[in-house]
Amino acid sequence: MAKRERLSGNEAVAIALRQINPDVFPAFPITPSTEIPQYFSTFVANGQVDTEFIPVESEHSSMSAAMGAEAAGARSVTATSSCGMALMWEVLYVAASDRLPLALTLVNRTLTGPININCDHSDSMGARDSGWLQVYAENNQEAYDNMVMAYRIAEHKDVRLPIMVCQDGFITSHAVENIILEDDETVKNFVGEYEPEAYLLNEKQPMSLGPYAISDYCMEAKRAQAQAMHNAKQVILDVAKEYEAITGRHYGLFEEYRMEDAEYAVVIIGSAAGTAKDAVDALRSQGMKAGLIKLRVFRPFPGKELAEALKHVKRVAVMDRAESYSDQGGPLGAELMAAMYRNKNTADAINVLYGLGGRDVRVEHMEELYRQLERGDLPEGYSYMGLRE
Amino acid sequence: MEKTVEIRWHGRGGQGAKTAALLLADVAFQTGKYVQGFPEYGPERMGAPITAYNRISEKPIRVHSNIYEPDYVVVVDESLLDTIDVTKGLSRDGAIVVNTTSPKEEILKKLHHYEGKIYVIDARKVSMETIGQYFPNTPMLAAIVKVGGLMEEHEFLREMEASFKHKFARKPEVIEGNMNALKLAMKEVH
Repeated sequence: MAKRERLSGNEAVAIALRQINPDVFPAFPITPSTEIPQYFSTFVANGQVDTEFIPVESEHSSMSAAMGAEAAGARSVTATSSCGMALMWEVLYVAASDRLPLALTLVNRTLTGPININCDHSDSMGARDSGWLQVYAENNQEAYDNMVMAYRIAEHKDVRLPIMVCQDGFITSHAVENIILEDDETVKNFVGEYEPEAYLLNEKQPMSLGPYAISDYCMEAKRAQAQAMHNAKQVILDVAKEYEAITGRHYGLFEEYRMEDAEYAVVIIGSAAGTAKDAVDALRSQGMKAGLIKLRVFRPFPGKELAEALKHVKRVAVMDRAESYSDQGGPLGAELMAAMYRNKNTADAINVLYGLGGRDVRVEHMEELYRQLERGDLPEGYSYMGLRE
Repeated sequence: MEKTVEIRWHGRGGQGAKTAALLLADVAFQTGKYVQGFPEYGPERMGAPITAYNRISEKPIRVHSNIYEPDYVVVVDESLLDTIDVTKGLSRDGAIVVNTTSPKEEILKKLHHYEGKIYVIDARKVSMETIGQYFPNTPMLAAIVKVGGLMEEHEFLREMEASFKHKFARKPEVIEGNMNALKLAMKEVH
């Protein structure tokens, strides 16, 4: 029986991990780490899981240890946030190119500077080219559900890529909200045992991992990685379908909210989507055809699907919670507009940056943004929402 | 409860305003509501002003912003009245609850242009008489539940007792004092 609960996003993900009972969990145990390994370490101490929990000396080490354990044949996970993830950087690429399906539960927080501990997506967005799968959550429920689905996606034979399960720092990670938890047995059966085809501790099948690839081989390896990312799209949908059959909760690559006849749309990632939905409802009751797309999966990027979903809109605001310093907006803006162009969607698209360093996003901000879309008076190129100029 | 009730807590780091907001979310959840309880994080230090928030609703809550137009405001530390505009955005139909030894009239002088309802409680007195130490958050929690009519009194006390039994499983001797603090606070707030 599923259970009604109230939990913070950190607790929710920690409980999902308890139910999954991974083999190895290395983590740096101090700030900038999150409460997730802290909660999980109590499950270890209480004997509720038989995970090998390894407190390590840095995030470079936690990612290296998780990778090593995964290569040995163990289902592994690690956790971090913000600059902790920056310290993992080098190893992120190694984990992805070695095709190790480990999980990273990431609480999205700003990368310094100025020094700031609050939410934005600069940490994970910076790692968008590292070869990891990336899924994002609007609330605690989605953070939990995404964690439960993560290994089924990552470990799939057509994918075999590491997965980053992201949620918004403080906004969902530290906020207590209602949630439905599936029971332990349901999660255990859904996730299943990890049975890698090839692993280092298999003495019957000696192998080497992560060797030097001369120029004659390196490009093919990268191409194979890109193919795995392409394959992941279908696997993510298949896993979501199976999960929906058990839980009744529907997931796709993105959620379309009141998009059927929408003329003015916003595309956004994470917790601000909930706030934007309240704005959509308010504007709809005033007669505006407003709609929202909340992107769940950023890697692989569902460019074609998004362009299709935006086919009939007049104007769309693509929202980024991270600067690219490209002088032309943020990462979601750049990728979505490229996808629209490629798919011959000529809707008027603008890119809006918001919520950097935890700047609060209010329903009123979103309503005003939709009105600007309707009036067509947003600046060319890209702009900032909620900024003091 | 027809619309979402929004509450803003003002306290100082170390006084338990955040814990009180999370406890309120907890107890409202236990009575079947949809809830949010969250603090506003900044550079945390003992004694620095902190803000925490609650939303309580009959329907799922989707909004993820801070609260700017609360129905109720709780001031856990009276000294904040000198530096923070605690009634900012406060609904005219709502109320403010202040932890103080002063009469309402004195507090109102510090709340410029505030025309709504005000309640006061001496949380130090309540806490010292029942718990024996100064924990202002327990009395303030009971005070806001009473003032806001957020739930039935007996429901609140029943769920709080269950919550204390869980929280203080290893020091059951403090449960009675905390329960008495809640009950006394409900009588004292006026």
